[in-house]
Amino acid sequence: MELLAFGDTGWGDELFYATLMTIAVSITAMFIGFLFAVIFTPLKLSKNKFLNFVANSYTTIIRGVPELLVIYLFFFGGTGAVMFVASIFGYNEYIEINAFITGAFAIGIISGAYSTEVFRGAIQSIDKGQFEAANVLGLNKFGKFFKIILPQTLRLAIPNLSNVWQITLKDTSLISVTGLVEIMRQSYIAAGSTRDPLFFYSFAAVLYLLLTFVSMKLINKLEVKYSRGY
Amino acid sequence: MNIFKKTIFSVLLSLLVIGNVNADKIKIGTEGAYPPWNSKNEAGKLIGFEVELAWSLCRYMGKQCTIVEQDWDGMIPALIMRKFDAIMAGMSITAERQKAISFSQGYADEVASLAVMKGSNLEGLDTPAGINLTKPNAAAKKALKTLTSALAGKTVCVQTATIHQNFLDSGDVGSVNVRTYKTQDEVNLDLASGRCDAALAAAVAFSDYAEKSGKPVVLTGPTFSGGAFGNGVGVGIRKDDTELLKAFNKAIDKARKNGDISRIATKWFGFDASM
Amino acid sequence: MDLELMINSFPKLLSAAVITLKLLSVSLIIGLFIGLFFAILRLNKNIFINKFAYGYSYVFRGTPLLVQIFIIYFGLGQIEYLRSTVLWVILKEPYWCAIIAFALNTGAYTSEILRSAFQTIKPGIIEAGNSLGLKKNVIFYKIQIPIAIRQSLPAYGNEIILMMKGTSLASTVTLMDLTGVAKYIISTTFKPIEVFIVAGGIYLFMTFIIHNIIKFLEKKYSFN
Repeated sequence: MELLAFGDTGWGDELFYATLMTIAVSITAMFIGFLFAVIFTPLKLSKNKFLNFVANSYTTIIRGVPELLVIYLFFFGGTGAVMFVASIFGYNEYIEINAFITGAFAIGIISGAYSTEVFRGAIQSIDKGQFEAANVLGLNKFGKFFKIILPQTLRLAIPNLSNVWQITLKDTSLISVTGLVEIMRQSYIAAGSTRDPLFFYSFAAVLYLLLTFVSMKLINKLEVKYSRGY
Repeated sequence: MNIFKKTIFSVLLSLLVIGNVNADKIKIGTEGAYPPWNSKNEAGKLIGFEVELAWSLCRYMGKQCTIVEQDWDGMIPALIMRKFDAIMAGMSITAERQKAISFSQGYADEVASLAVMKGSNLEGLDTPAGINLTKPNAAAKKALKTLTSALAGKTVCVQTATIHQNFLDSGDVGSVNVRTYKTQDEVNLDLASGRCDAALAAAVAFSDYAEKSGKPVVLTGPTFSGGAFGNGVGVGIRKDDTELLKAFNKAIDKARKNGDISRIATKWFGFDASM
Repeated sequence: MDLELMINSFPKLLSAAVITLKLLSVSLIIGLFIGLFFAILRLNKNIFINKFAYGYSYVFRGTPLLVQIFIIYFGLGQIEYLRSTVLWVILKEPYWCAIIAFALNTGAYTSEILRSAFQTIKPGIIEAGNSLGLKKNVIFYKIQIPIAIRQSLPAYGNEIILMMKGTSLASTVTLMDLTGVAKYIISTTFKPIEVFIVAGGIYLFMTFIIHNIIKFLEKKYSFN
């Protein structure tokens, strides 16, 4: 147990910060995933066949290829890819990227593919009547979306989004190639240094379970909040 | 949609670190997992032969250096992606790597060797003390033959994307069951647990492991240099960074002349491994 | 776009894909039995047995597969005592360590899928079986299990695909599966995009085949 002490002799403080990093990357990745979902869900539901194809390619490819490959592609093809994305927005200068963003983005792309499917399913299962009612009320596009559709989408989506969160949280264990010190990497370092992989990897498992447990409690609260009135 | 795009982009941008164009500050990348070349102490600080050599070279260059940690298999892409400006990670100068990056002149020799656990039947092979594979002489060729028959069908473990892996894959020692690992530590673990019949890496890496872990790891066979093992260890630099390359080469010359490299090498390796 | 590299690496990647399929099928078969076993335990009225099965599934679904493989491969490999037992013959090989990790992992997810399938079987069907005078065992094996399997097909199909992606983690313990070979080619040629296209393409193709097989089975065994 002294291995877990805080301060210089033990790994406790390193593992604590690593856990914070895992949480930070997961949340950021989830958020980036939402950004992707916001872009691709309408594309999926659009009547335009080409846009459909683009969105479907995104979700099929990212969900069908192992995360390790996506992360490897992203890390090794990284700067080029981000600069390419940035140039779509008209930014053509050189960008230096820090490890956190690289890692969070890689996981975010994966998370986004799952989130897109969740939102699509949620929107499709909203009763058509809601859309009609919103139109009848004379709301403009934004009003319709933010005041009527979005709240209902969230309610339907939360259970499945909690699955996406779990996936995202566990996927962060795969980004050690970017050098980010999250739980897995720190355990790896500690295990190597102390030659005690069994202890540290088991402890890492405990940490992930803790995160899972706390997440579930928080998400349940969210579910209750959004289901009020039903 | 335009405002939307701009918002997303500025959020992303604010999270990015724009590159530091200050030429007097450079970052040097190292693995931190290959003692005694580079490793980490208990407090997590990077230490080792190359870390000390880096400080020395930076003093000569008059630049402010930070040393950054990077996983071995992402080392060259990280350099190209400007995560740091130079690699000092026990990386040997090979033709293949030179396709992607430039190297300074070599500053130290990495001499490789096979290692086994004491009591293995691969112990005490009848081979010369060292062989050079760039221009293999008769003794070297004979040694390779001895190794080929000794290692036939055996499992040899190496770190991935290393000169050691290249050598085993080259067929010079026949067909061996090669297992690759992310770090030298993993190689050592599996060697000690008996999953590997033998392992191949820098000779000092094994002696360091034997000393620190107390496990009965012994070197066997000849020490290797040249050929697939490259021509010494140098500083890896981006191809377009010609100024930095010149600066490093000058600094290495000065450090060698003043005996710094020999001194630091002897301190960490126990012998003068400088080039 | 380096077409030559893509063409050259294709055969290497294809033969590595065979290893991926081997890992996948063995893990799934063992995992299916493990899953069935724990699903049955979950349905048991005894609270200890129930909680135990729940605990197993919670742990294996709540921790990353990478941690599970590392514990089994590196962690168990560290225990000197284990190395002297007969188990070492199995645990020595990265192939079996990976299979054990994968099987336990898919077993956990499978047990959840099967459990929920069992729980949604209409009680009326079991009552019908009872009224026909069938013994509890017979009802279980000849009625409940087949229905549960049919019900689980969509979710299990998904699990198969998730598991196929999971096998890519075998590359972290020295196995040269499709991802392992792809990583190797990428780190020596620095051409990630080309390799990704070929390796990713092979994975997608396998996903496509599996997806269609499941769809076919769903249609064949549907209740309509």
